[in-house]
Amino acid sequence: MAKKLNMRKRYELLTRGLGWEPTYQAKEKVFSNESYEGIKITDWSKWEDPFRLTADAYWKYQAEKDKKLYAVMDSFAQNNAHLNLSDGSYVNALKLFIQGVSPLEYQAHRGFARLARQFSGEGAQIACQMQSIDELRHAQTQIHTISHYNKHFNGMHDPFHMHDRVWYLSVPKSYFDDAKSAGPFEFITSVSFAFEYVLTNLLFVPFMSGAAFNGDMATVTFGFSAQSDESRHMTLGLEIIKFLVEQHEDNLPIIQGWIDKHFWRAYRVLGLVSMMQDYMLPESPMSWKEAWDIYFVENSGALFNDLARYGLRMPKHHEVATAEAEHLSHQVWGIFYNYIHAAAFNIGLPTEAKMNWLSEKYPNTFDKYYRPRIEMWREMEAQGKRFFNMGLPQLCQVCQIPMGFTEVSKNDPMQIAYRVSEFNGEKFHTCSDGCKDIFDHEPEKYVHAWLPVHQIFQGNCGGAEIPDILNWYHFKPEDGGDYKGSADEARWKAMKGEASPATSQSNAAA
Amino acid sequence: MTVKCLTGEYPITMMDSVDRFHGNQLVYVGWDYHTSICTANAYPLPPDMPFGALTEAVLPSVLGPHPDFPKIQWDKVEWLLDGQAFTPDMSKSLKDNGVGHKSLIRFKTPGLDGYKGTGN
Repeated sequence: MAKKLNMRKRYELLTRGLGWEPTYQAKEKVFSNESYEGIKITDWSKWEDPFRLTADAYWKYQAEKDKKLYAVMDSFAQNNAHLNLSDGSYVNALKLFIQGVSPLEYQAHRGFARLARQFSGEGAQIACQMQSIDELRHAQTQIHTISHYNKHFNGMHDPFHMHDRVWYLSVPKSYFDDAKSAGPFEFITSVSFAFEYVLTNLLFVPFMSGAAFNGDMATVTFGFSAQSDESRHMTLGLEIIKFLVEQHEDNLPIIQGWIDKHFWRAYRVLGLVSMMQDYMLPESPMSWKEAWDIYFVENSGALFNDLARYGLRMPKHHEVATAEAEHLSHQVWGIFYNYIHAAAFNIGLPTEAKMNWLSEKYPNTFDKYYRPRIEMWREMEAQGKRFFNMGLPQLCQVCQIPMGFTEVSKNDPMQIAYRVSEFNGEKFHTCSDGCKDIFDHEPEKYVHAWLPVHQIFQGNCGGAEIPDILNWYHFKPEDGGDYKGSADEARWKAMKGEASPATSQSNAAA
Repeated sequence: MTVKCLTGEYPITMMDSVDRFHGNQLVYVGWDYHTSICTANAYPLPPDMPFGALTEAVLPSVLGPHPDFPKIQWDKVEWLLDGQAFTPDMSKSLKDNGVGHKSLIRFKTPGLDGYKGTGN
């Protein structure tokens, strides 16, 4: 009987044994995507997969995790555990997640499947194949978990359709489209390093700790179930960067350029998370600024100190992002207050307690700049003149976010930042030096941006009036607007046995 | 820097060229130090539209609800067109005022700096 092999031996047999030299086609034809970006790989065997996970071990672990997760989901549904949430308004964070994040998991699945096919190194192929399957599993478990909420709340009925069309979802979508339409090495630098390694904690920790703080044990469970995968992905991200830089000195400037670009793109996407964290959670465990300080300033600062020996430095414009940490969530939330009638989730003015929390967390900015704004809007609401922006916003050509970011770094935080470039005789507007740099580096690529506002004006989005466009998005009339007075609020109150405003009025009449 | 691509030359499609806007051109208008209106707004406007129609008909539809808006003295407004100071001729068309496709018009209202002077 054959002796049992140790893990490393098994791993080598199950990965490196899969590579072979093609004989009737040239290798560069079989792996046609591998050289055009200018990255030079001299020896793929130097690739060290830090986990050395074999397919059989992978199936076993994942199956165990799924079994546990689905058991929790079943009991969550049977016990109507959504009634244990801190408040019905919490569900809006989940709407943002299923609309904005879960489709990215699916996009990552497709991107890594391409890498698994296009990298000629077997170790990298296997790692990318497993990550591709992980990402698909994440999309599926998120959809399954959140489908329970979809039975009771609005806005979660068609996230993939929405992701392809909606103005605010074009922000995460265009980031992934940018990475996926680049070559395989740029994709992996973008998604595995800039996003998964440098910034992923800023995405998952706020959502998962927000879920824990607000009684959403189902989401906490899928978070845990994904966590071991995420740490594998993060390690992959770091390994690939070191591997590429060590392979050839010519790779360094290319990699640094991609880190600069994709750090900034991913950071802009996280603006949506900052709003969720500071304004949408009824109970907030941590502010955006606190999360940024820990996960970016401290952790990534230490990371780039370590990477200095490879010649890598902190991503360009990181200091702008750090300066913006005291403004970001307020500005992004302000955009949604302007346009919540065209969104598929609800928000509302913060309560007095939340305002005080924001003052405490943002001592330099909230009372000075953002509390007055909220007070103004509160006065307008009290006069029955709730402010909605009835125009369409100017969008950044690169990040596609409405151009509401300000000159924080120039010490002029109430002045909108405007940048412009010219290409082929046309003007292109960007929201920041970070986005302008990205545009100017590859203008040919970004002139192809499908900007939702311009597409509406071109007549490509179901009609000219807001209801036509929302219908084309598959939004229902009750999906957007303020939480106060929303269908979700009424349903939540009915579920909790509290009188909704409508019933208390009819009771009073009776 | 050009885009590196797998084969041939990278194709260019101008997704927002002026011919796609049904005779209109895109114009962005932003009101400085009034950030409660979160961004400059985008408007598809006929190039022959008089500049005066912007202040009389177009802007009120979006900026009108702001408490500062009714107090604007339009003859005291400071204008920027694509980053340069300029004085629009209200009776002339956008085109004749030099407003092109995807031009950015910004204006400042001295003395009106948003809600309680906070830039909101």
